[in-house]
Amino acid sequence: MTVVLDPTAGRAAEGLETVARLDALDGKTVGLLDISKPRGDVFLGRLEELLTERGATVHRYMKPTFAKPAPVDLRHEIATNCDAVIEALAD
Amino acid sequence: MTSATPAVPSLPDDGLVAVVKRDCATCELVVPVLGQLVEGDGLTIWVQDDPLFCSDIGSIHDADLSVSWHHDIETVPTLIRREGGVETGRIVGWSRDEWQAFTGVDDLGPGLASFRPGCGSLSVDPSMTDELTVRFSGSSLHARRIELAELEDEMETAFDRGWTDGLPVVPPTEARVLRMLEGTTRAPDEIVTTVPPDLVDVTVEQVAINAVMAGCKPEYLPVVLAAVEAACTDEFNMHGLLATTYFSGPVVIVNGPIAERIGMNSGNNVLGQGNRANATIGRALQLVVRNLGGGRPGGVDMGMQGAPSKLGWSFAEREADSPFEPLSVARGLDPGVDAVTLFAGQGPIPIIDQLSRTPESLTRTIAALLLAYGHPKLIIGFDCIVVLSPEHGRIYREAGWDRARVMAEIEPLLVRGGADLVRGAGGIEEGLPAAFGEADLPKFRPGGLQFVHAGGDAGLFSSIIGGWVSGEKGSDPITVEVRP
Repeated sequence: MTVVLDPTAGRAAEGLETVARLDALDGKTVGLLDISKPRGDVFLGRLEELLTERGATVHRYMKPTFAKPAPVDLRHEIATNCDAVIEALAD
Repeated sequence: MTSATPAVPSLPDDGLVAVVKRDCATCELVVPVLGQLVEGDGLTIWVQDDPLFCSDIGSIHDADLSVSWHHDIETVPTLIRREGGVETGRIVGWSRDEWQAFTGVDDLGPGLASFRPGCGSLSVDPSMTDELTVRFSGSSLHARRIELAELEDEMETAFDRGWTDGLPVVPPTEARVLRMLEGTTRAPDEIVTTVPPDLVDVTVEQVAINAVMAGCKPEYLPVVLAAVEAACTDEFNMHGLLATTYFSGPVVIVNGPIAERIGMNSGNNVLGQGNRANATIGRALQLVVRNLGGGRPGGVDMGMQGAPSKLGWSFAEREADSPFEPLSVARGLDPGVDAVTLFAGQGPIPIIDQLSRTPESLTRTIAALLLAYGHPKLIIGFDCIVVLSPEHGRIYREAGWDRARVMAEIEPLLVRGGADLVRGAGGIEEGLPAAFGEADLPKFRPGGLQFVHAGGDAGLFSSIIGGWVSGEKGSDPITVEVRP
């Protein structure tokens, strides 16, 4: 019988539960997070128009760089102030 | 499963101790001598193999070899003198003169040959050492033991459990991990760093397990540990490097005497296959990120095409005949200090120039290739390392150009007019915003271009290791000292 040592940290990354999906946009606050990729602003600008037409309040946010996780403070601010968030990954 | 360490039997505080085995002609020879000593001042006899050996004169079976292991018995017979609870002398093999002087007893073994060398102790038999190492040292390890079933193929199970990068790994048995840990003076339970993306505090032992799997030898472990530490700094940003859709991975460049001592390649095929240290040190780092950090392709690793260099890329600088001081020295460490430099990159991208014989001409070639890195119209966002070949390096050396001179000469060649770089210029939509159209712009940020000297004697080529997003927005190169 061969015995080997576990090369992993012996645990899975903690699963996070997403909040319930919004049933309507009217009167809700939606955060738009630009990750600082080129033309993310164009994409999110159009989304802002569409969301506003449907009665949502839009807050715009931006990560300092697409190459690092969003700062904790930014994540906290979005979670505190918004009912939903849309993150623009696209170039 | 956790193996309990057998208790260490204690030896008598005072008197003589002999360690013997039946499967040794010298031990058989000295049985009458042992009998003489038992009748004298007292002798305790430990037998490694056959419990009946010397049982008529009184012997104890060292059944689990713990006495032999813990008292470092390498040869049988070994005769030890103990006084006041400590060992004050030992002799091995059989020599009448030596035994008589050691014991103070005259006329030992009168009918025997006067001299006969001993035999190897069972506790150092190559077929036993792995088992004994685990038996007596294994419990110092904290990792979970995984028992593989008889019919389970140990190579296949590593794939099935998701432990590999796609190539086979060396099964991390306790004996192999214990041997690996002998490569460092650091304690197995010392925390090395916090590994992204799962932000796991990892120990020396956990890194050693993955170094075994990568195929490292114990003497590589200090380099692997330094690479893991450097990779997990905020400045290097291993999390972002892992997550990017771009091609890059951590590139490990080794400087200092340790490179030659552990057999790293800095010459022919330096960036290629065929050298164990080069091939496994970078791989060990990537296995740490995968198995401990939780970073895997298709998970946090979003590499769009990736690159073969992401399997792990490490090499040594060819310092001996370099025209420049070593990379680690250029980056602030003292000469002769063992060091690793981590760079977020991929490649290599060839630089061909077989006709330049002057440093001016060669520098223009290198600049032309560097300007094209990523895209000829994109600037500043990406660092590069030029891996200068010995034949190209000779041109600088013979002209007396040092690193500072090369940098001074190449920098003006890496500046471009903004009009050529803006979006739409040259019929290419990619490029800089129109606002940059009036400016003269450098390809690299200050410090964004490095040189390292490596490769075989022949070949008028050099190469570029291309970087990923540089600086605060992405990754800074990190140089750290290798600690034993």
